[in-house]
Order: sequence, then C-alpha cells, then structure tokens
Amino acid sequence: MKLSALKRPNGRIFTIGVPYLWLLLFFALPFLIVLKISFSSMAIAIPPYEAIFHYRDEVIEFALNIGNYILLMDDSLYVSAYLNSVKVAFISTLWCLILGYPMAYAIAKAPARKQTILLLLVMLPSWTSFLIRVYAWMGLISDTGLINTTLMSLGIIDDPLRIMNTNTAVYIGIVYAYLPFMVLPLYANLVKLDRSLLEAASDLGSRTLHSFWTITLPLSKGGIIAGSMLVFIPAVGEFVIPELLGGPNSLMIGKVLWQEFFNNRDWPVASALAIVMLLLLIIPIALFHRYQSRTMEANS
Amino acid sequence: MRKLGFSTIMLWVGLLFLYLPMLILVIYSFNASKLVTVWGGWSGKWYAELLKDEQIIDAVFTSLAIAFYSSCMAVILGTMAAFVMTRFRHSWAKMTLSNMITAPLVMPEVITGLSLLLLFVHMADLIGWPTERGMTTVWIAHSTFCAAYVAVVVSSRLREVDRSVEEAALDLGATPLQSFFLVTVPMITPALISGWLLAFSLSLDDLVIASFTSGPGSTTLPMVVFSSVRLGVSPKINALATLIILAVSLVALIAWYVAHRSQKRSMARINEE
Repeated sequence: MKLSALKRPNGRIFTIGVPYLWLLLFFALPFLIVLKISFSSMAIAIPPYEAIFHYRDEVIEFALNIGNYILLMDDSLYVSAYLNSVKVAFISTLWCLILGYPMAYAIAKAPARKQTILLLLVMLPSWTSFLIRVYAWMGLISDTGLINTTLMSLGIIDDPLRIMNTNTAVYIGIVYAYLPFMVLPLYANLVKLDRSLLEAASDLGSRTLHSFWTITLPLSKGGIIAGSMLVFIPAVGEFVIPELLGGPNSLMIGKVLWQEFFNNRDWPVASALAIVMLLLLIIPIALFHRYQSRTMEANS
Repeated sequence: MRKLGFSTIMLWVGLLFLYLPMLILVIYSFNASKLVTVWGGWSGKWYAELLKDEQIIDAVFTSLAIAFYSSCMAVILGTMAAFVMTRFRHSWAKMTLSNMITAPLVMPEVITGLSLLLLFVHMADLIGWPTERGMTTVWIAHSTFCAAYVAVVVSSRLREVDRSVEEAALDLGATPLQSFFLVTVPMITPALISGWLLAFSLSLDDLVIASFTSGPGSTTLPMVVFSSVRLGVSPKINALATLIILAVSLVALIAWYVAHRSQKRSMARINEE
C-alpha cells in the first residue's frame, strides 16, 4: 500500500518528465545554441566558428560579435531574399486560399458519406513524398517539358513558355504542395457552420452571394487564419521548392541559409539568418497557436 | 444554387491539379525512351535498373530503419505528452510542454535541422557524444518532430474516450500504471497505430532535417533522390518516384483507415447510447 502511494506522484513526474526533458534537450536548447553561434565569428576550424567565451588569466572573456547581423542588414542579397520569401509565401498563401476555399466549401456541403472520401482525396497527395511532388512539376514546366512540347507541337506557341527557374514556378510548387493544408482547417471550420443562420438569412430575403459575404466568410475566419498560417509559415522557410523549381533570381531565405551552411560553411551567418527568420515568423506562429488552443478548448 | 455549382467545379479542378502531375509522372516511368519528354512505348526497364542500383537499395534500408525506430520513439514521447495535455491539471509545466511539443508542426525545417546539428556538435565537444553523426542523430531529430504529430493525433483521441472507465479502474484499486495499460491503451490503440504510421511516413519522407543531422554512412533515400533530381528529370528517378508514391500512400491509407474505422465505431457507440 505504501509502495503504490509513493509511486503515484513519481508516475506523474515520470510521465511529464520524460517528454519534457527530451524536448528541453532536443528542441529548446538547440535554439539557444543557434542564438549563441549567431553572435560568434567564422573561423577556419572544426567546428567552423570561434567561441564566444574565452577563459584567460582566470577571467572569462565574453566577446559578442554582432557583425553577422550587421552583414544581414547591409548586404542587399539577404534583404532581398527575406523580402522575396515573404512575398512568395504571401502570394502562394493567397492562391491556396482562392483555390482551397471553394474546395473546402464544396466538401463541407457534400453529403456526409461523400465528405470522408473527398477529404481523403484531398489529403492523400500530402501524404506521399513531398520531394517527389515537387519533382513531378520539373518534368511538366521545364523548357523541354511536357507542357511546352505539347503546346509547341500543337502550334499554339512558337517559343517555350519560360516558367521553370522563375518565381511563377515557385508559386506553382508551393500551392501544389501546401493546398491540402489549407483545405483541411477550412473544411473543419465550414462543416461546423450553423446552417440555420444561412437559412434564416435566405428566409429574410438575403441573396446567396450576399449571405456568403456577410455570414459564411466572417464565421470561417478561424479556419482562414489557421489554413493561411499552415501554408505561410513553412513557405517562408521553404528550401526544396525554390532549389528545384526556382532559378538564381528567385532567392528565398531557406535556400540562402542552406547555401551559407553547406556551401560556404559559414555557420554563424546561417545561425543569424535562422534567428531573423524566427523573429519574422513569431507573429504568424503566435496567431496559429492562439487559434489552435482555442479550437482544442472548444473541443474538450 | 449557382454558387454550389461554382464550388463543386473548383473542387474537381483542384483535385485534377493535385493528381494530374503525379499521374503523368507514373505514366512516364514506363516510358521506354531515355528522353523524358519523348514517348517511346511502354517498358519496365527502368524498374529493373533501379534494383541494380546499390546506392539506392542501401538508402532504402537506411531510411526504413530510421523511420521504424523514430516512429516507435515518437509514439512513446507523443503519447506521454498527449496524456499530460489531456489528463493533467493545469500547470506551468503542462503549458510549456504542450507549447514545445506542438511547436515543430509550424517550424521551418531548415531551422529545426540547423539547430539540432549545432546541438550535436556542441554535445560532441562537451561530453564526447555523438562522436560522429549518423543514424542515431537522425533518429533523435525525427523522433522529436514526429512526436508532435503523434501528440496531436493521440490527444484528440484521448479527449474523446470515456474517462469514467479510467476513473472506475482507479476507484477499484488499479494503480495509475495498470489503469493506463489495461484501460486507456486498448481504447486508444487505433490512434496509436495511425500515429505510428503517420510518423513512419513523415520520417521516410524527410529530406531537410536528415540532411543536416546525418553523417557519411547514413544517407537516406530522400537525400539520394534529391542529389539526382538536382541534375534534372530522368526516367529512372520517375520509376523510383512511382514506387515511393505507391508505398507512402499505402502506409497513409492504412493509417487513415484505422483511424476512420475506430472513429466510426465510437460514433456508433455514442448514437446507441
């Protein structure tokens, strides 16, 4: 009896302690290290940076180097990469919303039996390989790709459409890859919508389109925010899509970070890029979190 | 009425947009011609060639092993976190845990990958481990981000199940451990299975985080695919892509089916009551 009484609080501590320690070590601590490295300077060494703390003559010297951040602000390459990332992510999110909203709306309006199948059809592509889905577009939109060769053999165009290696290709890739993540939260929101409100509106003489703008759209705000954040946040840091579909002119910050790290081996600048990207994303992440905890509370 | 027509058309346009590129890729993987845009008749030779490629076969086994161990760890971590999120009293520790566990869902992969790599480098410096990056470091990285997805799946199931059964078990003298394994686990098994499968397919598919955290001897399949895809489209990669699409969607379909069936059952049970 005594033993089990002792075990109880230990069990609680164990249950919360194991995932807590794991996440502290492998999720929270790494960010602090990134922050630390972003303030050190590059060195030809292994690992390729200089320590911030020096222990010399029994005093700890502390050398903070903000040079990496100054570089990020001075060099137009980084500034334009950030601006382009936000622009590309924003426009792609907008396209996802334009395409995804009617899709979610149609699924939510379909008979309950069909809804699960339609939802599965939308989600299934997002479960297959991300890399492969981006790759699939390479064969379609390149200068000698299927779209261009077909259009040229039909005589519709004389010169190949230049899609590959442009921002347009990146938009297509992001919308294609992230569309299911827009549809899912929108559907979850729209399906819960109180139909009686729309019926009341139409009984009172409101036209369908008008009641859509004044009732459906405002009530699905939560779904729009969640879906948009699920697309926007990963799109800002996207690496695979700009690397494979975008050209040298469609710079995005995820790609720049990758190049700084793997090609230039400049770990401090890569870390500083990551920190600035995080700062940029704090507001969208907070927005998403607030929505998510609210739906969790509503469900429980 | 007209608006309904519009959204239905958009739904089919959207589905066509989602499936057509992959369908074309699958068709072209059977193309006999070496030129990717010229159709030279049906052939399965690229599949035969795939099987001869040792680098690809090695990578497949590395990826499968990492995905297996990662999804197991992710289920353990994710379930514990989900249990804390749904069954524990509100506290500061619970709040920070639920924030930390779901954060990887929206974290750009390059940041997660970079931060974990820097951690491993620091750990090697301070405690001498890991001496070399490889399967273990990728396993840690994948377990961490997959646990987030498992936690979401399992916690939504934990919210649904009837808590009075657990309470009854505790009242009748079961220890919390007994009540969890004998009462709670059987009720959430479908969620555990679909969480495991989801984690498995996520780990199998990850390129960015694996690229940061892996070492010389642990090249995963997406890393091999990526390095050849960078050079352009090739029929052999089309064949590999077809197999990956098939395998991953099969795993995903099973995961969906398991979750869907259990949801249906519990709905039926609620309706009976």
